[in-house]
Amino acid sequence: MIVAGFDVGTLTTKAVVLNDGSIASYDIIPTEAKPEGAAKVVMENALSKAGISFTDLGFCVATGWGRKKVGFANKDMGEIPCLGKGAYRLIPSLCTVIDIGAQTSSVIRIGKNGNVLDYGTNDKCASGTGKFLGVIAEALELGIDDLGPLSLQSKNPVSISNQCAVFAESEVISHVNEGMELADIVSGINNSIARRQVTLAKRVGVKEDVCIIGGVAKNIGVVKDLESMLEVEMKKLPVDPQIIGALGAAVIAEQKAK
Amino acid sequence: MVVAGCDVGSLSAEAVIMDNGSIISFEIIKVRPRPEQSAGDVMNAALSKAGLTLGGLDYCISTGYGREKIPFANDNISEISCHGKGAQWLIPSVRTVIDVGGQDCKAISVDENGNLLNFIMNDKCAAGTGRFLEVMSKTLGVGLEELASLAVRSKNPLPVTSQCSIFTETEAMCYVNEGEKMADIAAGINQAMARRVKALVGRIGIVDEVCMTGGVAKNSGVLKSLEEILQVTIKKMPEDPQIIGALGAAIFAKEEMQK
Repeated sequence: MIVAGFDVGTLTTKAVVLNDGSIASYDIIPTEAKPEGAAKVVMENALSKAGISFTDLGFCVATGWGRKKVGFANKDMGEIPCLGKGAYRLIPSLCTVIDIGAQTSSVIRIGKNGNVLDYGTNDKCASGTGKFLGVIAEALELGIDDLGPLSLQSKNPVSISNQCAVFAESEVISHVNEGMELADIVSGINNSIARRQVTLAKRVGVKEDVCIIGGVAKNIGVVKDLESMLEVEMKKLPVDPQIIGALGAAVIAEQKAK
Repeated sequence: MVVAGCDVGSLSAEAVIMDNGSIISFEIIKVRPRPEQSAGDVMNAALSKAGLTLGGLDYCISTGYGREKIPFANDNISEISCHGKGAQWLIPSVRTVIDVGGQDCKAISVDENGNLLNFIMNDKCAAGTGRFLEVMSKTLGVGLEELASLAVRSKNPLPVTSQCSIFTETEAMCYVNEGEKMADIAAGINQAMARRVKALVGRIGIVDEVCMTGGVAKNSGVLKSLEEILQVTIKKMPEDPQIIGALGAAIFAKEEMQK
């Protein structure tokens, strides 16, 4: 049985194709504020990687911010259940899933079969999301992928006092002008993202095993900060942490197709 | 009697010179790296317009976020009190002042003498401040003034549902890509801005008459949206709405001299 899941995020669009329960292919592309177009392209890419045609798909579920714009999906689902299902499929011992995407961050408690028990989410404010990191990286003329490794070189993280991404951007520029070390500024920024996530996590409660997913899971600085603040060790995911929502959508598609 | 007020904000600095109770000159500049530089520059410019020097000032009060660092000021007073004072002096019937500056938003209620009764402010989140409009004008690739004039032409403002400035960028870009009219996007942005200001002002309660100060008061689109959403008429300032803080400081200086 072949099924697919799509996750149309504000920044990136992801697709996962499942063939008899295992990942046959996946793809990640930038959304570029064109959710409809991005969904089509990512689907074509993923199908062609797997050597499968659209008509072979038994069922297809869309999730994420732009899920209503995926005309070819059989069904659309909210992100939270998809994230739970996707993470559980990879690591069945998980009890807590921490997701930090471009414009949302969530802490999800899952139970049997990856079903959601409780969750907390922030999708109102860019602080504590990947977009916050993006704004700061651009201001510092760094790539988003540089932020994690660079922060590890910091010996004296700067404390960032503004929560608002727009104001933090000005704050960071004035720190640069004051001659502070880039590594220390970046470490302070990662720390600020982690702190916001800890507030959310404390509200929902954290139970091990825990994993972190979403684009920001690729930032080693944020992951290390979260591990030390929450006093947990994040389980390593066997796949790209950005595709968990799409994977979960595909898992749900599998159940619908049966 | 010549007095002056000097307002050093986060983005701009203003100075107002008064002689015997009327404004004889004022100046607005973009801030320099240090508040004392901004204050010196703007004050010298205003003084030279009036044909005066610093020595000709009888009293000077500073205000704004850099107010404590101004060497030539005799005293300093918070910008909240100064905005209330300046606005009520210009329009004596005013009891509520909405001040939307570059990085903050305040609602101020004053009595019949322009003295502060109560206030509420947001300086934590860029939404509902001038910075929000700056971010949006950059996103849409239009100037700040164009953003205002575009919005006035809109017949069908688009819903902007995000609160966060950064998230509104994503929303606006989608509208651009979907081929929506710039005017309708701009109008939606002004409405979002007005909603944020309303949320703040609503907490203090509106007492007539209402006026608006700060740089954003020059944006006719936001002003119109705010009037619609608050269902009040916002009194037009007879002077540049950006100098009201400095004007209030000058009036406090005058009152100090009369004591």
